[in-house]
Amino acid sequence: MTTVATKTSTAPELSRARSTSAWLHRHPSARLLGLLSLPGLWLVVAYLGSLAVMLIAAFWATNDFTGAVEHRTTLDNFRALVTQPVYRRVALRSLGVAALVTLVDTLIALPMAYYMAKVASPRVRRLLVVAVLTPLWASYLVKAYAWRVMFAKGGVVDWLLSPVGGHGPGFGLRATVITLSYLWLPFMVLPVFAGLERIPDALLEASADQGARPLRTFRSVVLPLLFPALLAGSIFTFSLSLGDYITVKIVGGASQLASNVIYDNITTGGNLPFASAAAFFPIIVMVGYLLAVRRAGALDDL
Amino acid sequence: MHGRPRTALVAVVGAGLLVLAGCGGSSGGGAKAADSAPPVPKVAMLDAVGAGEGQLDLVNWAGYAEDGTNDKTVDWVLPFEKATGCKVNDKIGNTSDEMVTLMKSGQYDGVSASGDATLRLIYGGLVAPVNTSLVPNYATVQDFLKNRPWNSVGSQMYGIPHGWGANLLMWNTKKVSTPPTSWGAVFDAASPYKGAVTAYDSPIYIADAALYLMRTKPDLKITNPYALDRTQLDAAVALLKTQRTLVGEYWSDYTKEVQAFESGNSVLGTTWQVIANLVTSDKKATVQAVIPQEGATGWSDTWMVAAKAKHPNCMYKWMDWITSAKVNAQVAEWFGEAPAQSLACDQTSDKTFCATYHAADKAYSDRIFYWTTPTKHCLDGRGNVCTDYATWTQEWTAIKG
Repeated sequence: MTTVATKTSTAPELSRARSTSAWLHRHPSARLLGLLSLPGLWLVVAYLGSLAVMLIAAFWATNDFTGAVEHRTTLDNFRALVTQPVYRRVALRSLGVAALVTLVDTLIALPMAYYMAKVASPRVRRLLVVAVLTPLWASYLVKAYAWRVMFAKGGVVDWLLSPVGGHGPGFGLRATVITLSYLWLPFMVLPVFAGLERIPDALLEASADQGARPLRTFRSVVLPLLFPALLAGSIFTFSLSLGDYITVKIVGGASQLASNVIYDNITTGGNLPFASAAAFFPIIVMVGYLLAVRRAGALDDL
Repeated sequence: MHGRPRTALVAVVGAGLLVLAGCGGSSGGGAKAADSAPPVPKVAMLDAVGAGEGQLDLVNWAGYAEDGTNDKTVDWVLPFEKATGCKVNDKIGNTSDEMVTLMKSGQYDGVSASGDATLRLIYGGLVAPVNTSLVPNYATVQDFLKNRPWNSVGSQMYGIPHGWGANLLMWNTKKVSTPPTSWGAVFDAASPYKGAVTAYDSPIYIADAALYLMRTKPDLKITNPYALDRTQLDAAVALLKTQRTLVGEYWSDYTKEVQAFESGNSVLGTTWQVIANLVTSDKKATVQAVIPQEGATGWSDTWMVAAKAKHPNCMYKWMDWITSAKVNAQVAEWFGEAPAQSLACDQTSDKTFCATYHAADKAYSDRIFYWTTPTKHCLDGRGNVCTDYATWTQEWTAIKG
């Protein structure tokens, strides 16, 4: 009795489901829309939406006394950022640190990745890839504090340099650059390694057969082919360094970077609009950087 | 090849603009700017304390909610939990600004606010007036801490006084040969301790420089380090910019200062007594901390109830607990401050403690310049010529450079 009843009730549902799927089959665009609507909604509302709210907040003001956000449109935040020299100095310093970190990582990653891709045996190569990836499993804070202990007075760095009569850089921008370079190194090594692996050995041999010295081969054959991979790696190291505010707090001594201005205005100043306005700087720099990279053609292979 | 990504980009940008437009529309009708102190928002006061809610979320200064993890013998949180059934979750605020920000999140039941946070909390509608009759221990709190400008509005208390003390000058006795007696030690451009000086990382620290100028540069006519007109502020900022060349590291996280003194990265600078105690108990460095001859800035802390507290009963129980004679004595001795509870002085393990900290000495307490929020309307009654806290915040960024 009951089985009959369910059968009769499911039959039209089944046919409805069938007709829906048939309709979807005939309308591929509707199918695509249905599939993408949820992730699309997430992208627009949660991701771009929050970004948009932040950017709009940059034009708001705060109450002088209670610090409450007031929804009146003003350009005061941007005016302060542009006219006060301290923000220019901080911005330039941040750019310098990000560029330096990228340079240091490139210089370390090139020989490392070259050895991994072209010289090491497959077994050693696997071990090296694991070795490069392992630090990513450890917490960022643990690594940064480890460097703080090493850079401290009488720490490992001082101890290592004492036989040659030197001492560590102490806390400051130099310590920040070293720590950031360490933190982001895997993000440079991996793309460069992948890029080098894609260069056929035959090209290098052909170059050598034509009488090119290793340096010449590197400059004329490897580097042009590797350029997109280098740029891809630099996007990571540059943007991560530009956005970092914790490392400089831990090992940077009294110095501050652009992201500290944002952070301080949120936690200390309680001035969200000003922080939002300050956030325009890294956004503009990164958009400009990405556009430049795109022009260079490094994004074509992604 | 490029066609597809570009259309996608256009779509994404378009969607972003739509969102922008939507938000722009809704944000049009905003609140008006207030020039003078705005009226106090009306927040309901608790009428009776009922059963505890089982949880209590606090924002507090380091050392105010000890549960024995730092020192086994220092524990007044677990007994509270046992007595009331309120489990304490404490979040440490490193600066008053951080506390205000945390309270704005609405996730906490109460806060141990200093005078530079209390008024912002009250006028921001973030805390509720306190029904002092529901806190029996309030009756014996030192009278000179009741109904003060930083913890009440129009004779309505907005919290229960906790304790008070001064910001001290601390130095490493092995590294600093002559014990400093003046704040000048941290402002001297020719300091032999260049690179090892530390200072508190908050705009309110500008007041420390102003206090030093108040005693050393009388022609600036500073009468209150929290009431600075433009010229006076500029002088303080200039002094702090000189100091910036000496500072190895600013501190706001107290654990960072403890570590910096223990490693020798910092040897001289501002501190709280609790930090000196922690360094001393770790035995990695020997330090001494004093109030220099110019006097000091300080704090007077108040436990306040959040306007939207989820566990108000537990918070009232906590306020009564923390100001009970024994606990108030414990926390005062641990943190190194004068207890607010007058009966606490009989309960301290060191019987001279209250005398050392001048706990009952109103005149002494009046000499400390307690953290207060600087406002346009001068605190010393000169009119609307002073610089406000927003300006101080901007200047602080400029000082750090």
